[in-house]
Amino acid sequence: MITSEALFWLIGLLFLAFATLIAADAKHPKRWTSAAFWGLIGFSFIYGTWVQAKQVPAWTLGAMVLAMVVLGSSRKLLTAGVVPTTSVPQREASAKQFGNKLFIPALCIPVVAVLVTLLAPVVKIGGTPLIDPTSGTLIGLGLGAVVALLVGLGLLKPKPSAAPLFEGRRILETIGWAAILPQMLSILGILFTQAGVGTAVGKVMGAIVPDGVLIFAVIAYCVGMALFTVLMGNAFAAFPIMTAAIGWPLLILVFHGNPATVFAVGMLAGFCGTLTTPMAANFNLVPPALLEMKNRYGVIRAQLPTAGCMLVANIAIMFFFGFPK
Amino acid sequence: MLVLIGVALVIIGFALRMNPLLVVTIAGIVTALIGGLTPLEILNSFGSGFASSRSVTTFVIVLPIIGLIERLGLQQQAKRLISKLAGLTAGRILAGYLVARQATAALGLLNVGGTPQMVRPLIYPMAEGAAEAKYGELDEKIKDRIKGHAAAADNVGAFFAEDIFVAVGSILLITSFVDSAYHLQLQPLELALWAIPSAIAAFLIHGFRLLRLDGQLNRMVAASRPAGAAAQAGGVQP
Repeated sequence: MITSEALFWLIGLLFLAFATLIAADAKHPKRWTSAAFWGLIGFSFIYGTWVQAKQVPAWTLGAMVLAMVVLGSSRKLLTAGVVPTTSVPQREASAKQFGNKLFIPALCIPVVAVLVTLLAPVVKIGGTPLIDPTSGTLIGLGLGAVVALLVGLGLLKPKPSAAPLFEGRRILETIGWAAILPQMLSILGILFTQAGVGTAVGKVMGAIVPDGVLIFAVIAYCVGMALFTVLMGNAFAAFPIMTAAIGWPLLILVFHGNPATVFAVGMLAGFCGTLTTPMAANFNLVPPALLEMKNRYGVIRAQLPTAGCMLVANIAIMFFFGFPK
Repeated sequence: MLVLIGVALVIIGFALRMNPLLVVTIAGIVTALIGGLTPLEILNSFGSGFASSRSVTTFVIVLPIIGLIERLGLQQQAKRLISKLAGLTAGRILAGYLVARQATAALGLLNVGGTPQMVRPLIYPMAEGAAEAKYGELDEKIKDRIKGHAAAADNVGAFFAEDIFVAVGSILLITSFVDSAYHLQLQPLELALWAIPSAIAAFLIHGFRLLRLDGQLNRMVAASRPAGAAAQAGGVQP
């Protein structure tokens, strides 16, 4: 059975290849420390398989993660090298030459991803599924990228043929440390939960809601979900805590709300928080890096007004449709 | 209550624009120490947390192929294609993408969109191409605004439509938590149904904002140019 571990190994090897290119680049301003940063990530992706399986103690990987943070925390250690690429006029000429053929590899990614996701639960060999159905979408994306690369190499015949590696390294180096920030924030969420941050915030929120007025309880639940998500970067972490503090004891038990409406809309109120927080790095900080934006918070800025309106909309939806008249 | 110091550290660190990797790591360690975890437990959490969250870094796998087709002129081709279609503006393209993103996410096809595989190679160049066809050369500030809105359309579309698909993480989290904590038997389908009103609201609110983006860009371009040049640029548009 193909599991997500195979995909993580492929990603690990890719990071290691990028690190090798950097180590071989004598003109790189921070050659060795930058190569160490990306190489350590690559090794951790592979090593993580044994950590996940509990075959090696997790603290060994923890120590490596701290080393990554040190390497990634300063421009004196991690910077981007200069990778030669095509100029804009060259790209214009090449776009004229290849035309719409250029879209074919790009479209291969979603097409293969969707096919794999749909087929993962169905395709079986000797009773066991060929692709682990629990991570079908993830493996689909990985296979889509591989198929797209093969199609691109065959169709466009780039020179040199290692160009995808060079270009991949160039983009990754412009993203820099932001590439592992989402994972660091997941770790922060785990530490917050273990230290009891959630219960502390839940107690505060539960204590400030005035008794007996439905609209205040609805606002407290929805705003609490959004605020808590802003702090944790993730509505999933906020949901159990706010639901235990306000959602269940007040909205369901006291005001007899319809659980499906209250909980579904409550989760979406949390998503309004996700749109506004740098803690949700994979949605809000990695895209500006990927798009090479000048303003690191430009995506959040574009989302803020929508997040505010959607929070009000969710409060209204819950208030008007979630409770017996 | 002392553990909330960790939350404050994060806010201060981000506000001072310190390196986020460092802020997050220090805040995590301080919070865990206050919360009574031993150094070994903290290191264990760093290790197991990194291993179990590897899936959020999957985007790296698409970089080689995206880099290759960009090297060969993908963004330029996307712009060429768009400039041939009159009437398409940056705002309208992004509004169209919002609808497509919502529709596919509601069917569970979350990976069809995303900034690495969709916005950077295709959607952003199309929006920028449409703006360039209308205004000519764009300055960094205007490009940044279009980029921000391109990524935002992707996020908003996904967030407020993915819950309509029953087998998505957040729906499964709600049912598994509520059913085990409060002995309910919630139907995922019922939860998914109640995600529809918010999806419609998001479509109306964000779609309206994207259609207004063109007016904002008009004003930004006019403000960034001396009066004579603005009139000239205005003459180019169809």
